[in-house]
Amino acid sequence: MQTLLFALEVSLNGFMTGILYALVALGFVLIFKASGVFNYAQGVMVLFAALTLVGLQQGIVPFQHLINNLLGTSIHGFGWNMPTFLALLLTLLTMLLLAWLVEKLILKHLVNQNPVILFMATIGLAYFLEGFGDLMWGADLKKLDIGIPMGISDTVEQTTYDWFGYGFFIDRLDITASIVAALLVIGLTIFSQFSKTGRALRAVADDHQAALSVGISLRRIWVIVWSIAGLVALIAGIFWGSKSGVQFSLSLVALKALPVLMLGGLTSIPGAIVGGLLIGVGEKLFDFMVGPMIGGATENWFAYVVALVFLLFRPQGLFGEKIIERV
Amino acid sequence: MFYREVGEFKTSYPQDSESFGIGLDKYGYYFVLFIAFVIIPLMINDYWASAVLVPFLVWAIASLGLNILTGYCGQISLGTGGFMAVGAYSCYKLMTSFPDLNIIFCIILSGLITAGVGILFGIPSLRIKGFYLAVATLASQFFLVWLFNRVPWFYNYSASGQISTPERSVFGILVTGPNVQPWAQYMICLLFAFGLAWGCRNLTRGSLGRKWRATRDMDIAAEIIGVNLLQAKLSAFAISSFYIGIAGALFFSVYLGAVDATEAFGINQSFLVLFMIIIGGLGSILGSFIGAAFMVLFPVLLKNILVGWWEWDAALATHLEFISVGFLIIVFLIFEPHGLAQLWRLLKQKLRLWPYPH
Repeated sequence: MQTLLFALEVSLNGFMTGILYALVALGFVLIFKASGVFNYAQGVMVLFAALTLVGLQQGIVPFQHLINNLLGTSIHGFGWNMPTFLALLLTLLTMLLLAWLVEKLILKHLVNQNPVILFMATIGLAYFLEGFGDLMWGADLKKLDIGIPMGISDTVEQTTYDWFGYGFFIDRLDITASIVAALLVIGLTIFSQFSKTGRALRAVADDHQAALSVGISLRRIWVIVWSIAGLVALIAGIFWGSKSGVQFSLSLVALKALPVLMLGGLTSIPGAIVGGLLIGVGEKLFDFMVGPMIGGATENWFAYVVALVFLLFRPQGLFGEKIIERV
Repeated sequence: MFYREVGEFKTSYPQDSESFGIGLDKYGYYFVLFIAFVIIPLMINDYWASAVLVPFLVWAIASLGLNILTGYCGQISLGTGGFMAVGAYSCYKLMTSFPDLNIIFCIILSGLITAGVGILFGIPSLRIKGFYLAVATLASQFFLVWLFNRVPWFYNYSASGQISTPERSVFGILVTGPNVQPWAQYMICLLFAFGLAWGCRNLTRGSLGRKWRATRDMDIAAEIIGVNLLQAKLSAFAISSFYIGIAGALFFSVYLGAVDATEAFGINQSFLVLFMIIIGGLGSILGSFIGAAFMVLFPVLLKNILVGWWEWDAALATHLEFISVGFLIIVFLIFEPHGLAQLWRLLKQKLRLWPYPH
């Protein structure tokens, strides 16, 4: 009984982690659906958004190291803390600007190229942003705190203790993240089903040429999707950043989102959520049950191997569109 | 005016299918070989060997391998680091289990072992394509590195979890270990790089190479005209992993001497090799060498200028390196998707017509 409850607690925590994976995966799916680009840089966008938020909030002077090196000064901060709301707004503006620049400088020039070329271009973008973010705000580990409740939730522990005689440890941050993720998915669904722009997005996802022929501007749509992906990245960045601090390793979360995508299918928003939950719960449970027998730290590769084996049987993932190829 | 086919009389079929058909090309090639095999070993010093030449050759072998898979056969792989780790660890196990076995055979055998592992991870490629495959190869990257970190048998139960190379010699000349001469280090890498590049050239222009290219251009069409996809894809995986395994073995035994799986063979190495073949040129042997040279020299140069001359922070130089590498990748993909090798090809085409271009 004790083990069973413990396993339940582990899978509940995995569920929460899975939601955070799904948040990152969501950004990938949005861009892939609308432009056929597999955006490897999504993870670095998460990092970049979190870095910018922290930097603005703490009043760090952008490019301070570069400026100090060039001019021999020693500037470190503006000496004030920006209100969280203002910082969030400015970060969002930065992400919109980034989306616009990406379209203007990269995507526009790579229209009609092989998808693999576009994929590699986003790897290049990922490297660029990674260096740029570090150069702008410094590479040290930063603490992100925008007032989200953190720590063990006493209510959950007390309730479960009353029910089972065993208190579950659930982080309040994870609960908030789940609620926000659910709201985000509902919001995105409403947006894409009931707004004019949303309809245009779905048309582009269905067929680029048909969408062009009824007068939808592809380039405008691309800017919009990249902006939405930027927003999703910001939200994912806030939660991951509050959870584990803001530094380079945050962008590795994106690598975890890839198997999530494969499992759920590249073109399906519900797929990203379900895939995220499956991977989150699966890797925690696997590490809990099998991990101790084979040396632990199986979380590093479990997701990839599951995706690999799964793809062998169903190459388009759980909810993806069936891949039809013609000569 | 000088660089042209006119005046080159071919009198037999073997002559007609030479790799370097034009006289100037051929002499240029011999000249480069002469410099590489005779001049450089005489002038080499420790800094040049360890900072530039040896890593250049090792990475060139790895990018040859990835180029076979990605450039010629069209299968994207992000598992290069993991396969290099297989090469390195099998070389280590062979060297320590059979102390009398010559290091040359150890390295070749570890290439063969890696080829076997490559086939295993290549099997999904028959059903999975494009990005899906790229992500599937990530599984090999993470799983293999984890395996070498967690199973003590692979690192002979050493306390640090690192592997370090014992001293081995070829014909009485020390080639591995801390006391090795720079020229010996350089020569063994050069011999492997030369042999493998020669093999790659001849494989890719034969029937196997044609099958690979047909698979790359459109695999369903290739299947319809009679290419056996199973054979083509798995042979590409096997041969590519053989090259990458040898690169990994040399990287560990000759170049670094002591490695830790997470640091030396992480995902960044996979990307590094991918960048080399994008910048150098997909599907080009010369491109693999140019790309490797570029990606090895560029950080060294940047560091020397920024840190050495202008006395900036080392961390700043690293950030700038990331920025400029990412920038260059995008620029190359937009303006010259076939890489630096294509520029060289264009230059030769221009030279052939010069000075009367019409």
